Amino acid sequence: MATKPTPKSKKRSAYASDRGIPAAYEGETVTRRRFMELNALAVGGIASAAFGLPALGFAVGPMFSKTVQSVWKGVGSPADFTAEEYIPKVITLVDDVGTAGKTTVYLRRANPDDPDEFAQPFVAISNRCMHVGCPVRYVQASQRFICPCHGGIYDFQGVVIGGPPVRPLDRFRTRVNNGVVEVGNRFSVTDALDEMYRPRDPSNQLNGLWEYLYPARPTTPNPRS
Amino acid sequence: MKLPTPPLPRALKPKPGRPGSRPPGNGHANGDGKVQDLRPGTSDGNGGRPSKGGSRIDREQLKEQALEVPIGVAGWLDERSGMSPFVRGLAYRKVPRGTNWWYTLGSATMFAFVAQAVTGVFLAMYYNPAPSEAYESISHITNDVFLGEFVRGMHKWGATVMVILIFLHMARTFFFGAYKYPRELNWVIGVVLLVLTLAMGLSGYLLPFDQRGFWATVVAVNINASAPVMGPYIADFLRGGSEFTATTLSRFYSIHMLIIPGLIAALIGAHLYLVAKLGTTAPPWLKAEKAKALNQEEL
Repeated sequence: MATKPTPKSKKRSAYASDRGIPAAYEGETVTRRRFMELNALAVGGIASAAFGLPALGFAVGPMFSKTVQSVWKGVGSPADFTAEEYIPKVITLVDDVGTAGKTTVYLRRANPDDPDEFAQPFVAISNRCMHVGCPVRYVQASQRFICPCHGGIYDFQGVVIGGPPVRPLDRFRTRVNNGVVEVGNRFSVTDALDEMYRPRDPSNQLNGLWEYLYPARPTTPNPRS
Repeated sequence: MKLPTPPLPRALKPKPGRPGSRPPGNGHANGDGKVQDLRPGTSDGNGGRPSKGGSRIDREQLKEQALEVPIGVAGWLDERSGMSPFVRGLAYRKVPRGTNWWYTLGSATMFAFVAQAVTGVFLAMYYNPAPSEAYESISHITNDVFLGEFVRGMHKWGATVMVILIFLHMARTFFFGAYKYPRELNWVIGVVLLVLTLAMGLSGYLLPFDQRGFWATVVAVNINASAPVMGPYIADFLRGGSEFTATTLSRFYSIHMLIIPGLIAALIGAHLYLVAKLGTTAPPWLKAEKAKALNQEEL
């Protein structure tokens, strides 16, 4: 039992008694004191995890479910809209939060000859600026969308032509149902206006590899659905 | 009449005077060193003149006993907690020569935080973090509640004061070189406290739920979203989803009044512990002079 501590060069013995620990039992590899220390730590860790992990999951839960249901919202009759002018319509994205849940959509008739309009009957442009999310307004005289906060400017198609925004204005799906123009899910577009992307937040670039650096989130619906 | 005070610990019991300073058999040391005979009916300690009666003496006696009450309470607490060495060490610790008013900025910041905590706790008695009620409840506080405008004003302007003070405190620490070894950890804690204080300002901005607060929050969350890879998820976490919902407001309320204040209070405790343990630094313009004096002393 009273063996010397092993020299540093040699491998440490697996047995506590060989390591010169006082009062170690023959054949034990962990002292009782160390064993109880580890037990206390483990019990404390399990107890903390038992309330901590559910609480954490509770806090981050909304990150993994759809925030907004895919609902088509009527905004007027097809005769209200032309191909040359945007008409603002207010739709409710989130119920029960008053004006904070409403957003303005700029609508016009789609140009059937333009391949960049996603084969939809109407073009519905979101007024959410793609810099940091202020509401843009459409100025008919200059045919521009202009953001009041930091000077973002978009052309008639919603493509950035000035200021800090990082991508064209978001759009909404449109359809005509029973003679009513309806607005559906939001989708994001790149500068090329070639594809519907799942909606990204303002400030998220979408061209090229940026699509992967700003990934789509589980909270947003697939625009094609 | 004897008030039922607990017995004094030995350290606080009246001590006999030094030889020659006072006659023995003196009463309790209440500072004036006057001989006081407390037996009723004999003398009131006024040169042996006959007293007008027992009432005067009783009053003197009561005064003596009343003065003992705080000592008795302190002694009772100290005997059971043993905190007097700690409190004495904290209150009478040595500070370097040249300590000046700039050294009070940290305490000032802490008092600003305490003021925010107290006013915030009472604002929470009237505030309702529901999207349909938040603005109304703030209007109610401002316009109807007694002193509501004042308490809300203290909370609102106190936030600005706290941010200004924390930066001044940081500047003092930086320019006095008080962040150097062995106080780097305290600097790091202080920087975390700065970030948390700014996060308090950000999360509190939404709570009145007016146009300014709402759009400021939209912008702030989208700035968070601009971080590659994690940004969109952080933004979803803050909003509780992809859009601003009722969850967002209650979430910001919880962050503003529970999570961050708890963290700040805990970190202030750590910050103060390190200040007490490591002491404060002398102003930089006294360093050389002081080092010389120390050397002479050592020789």
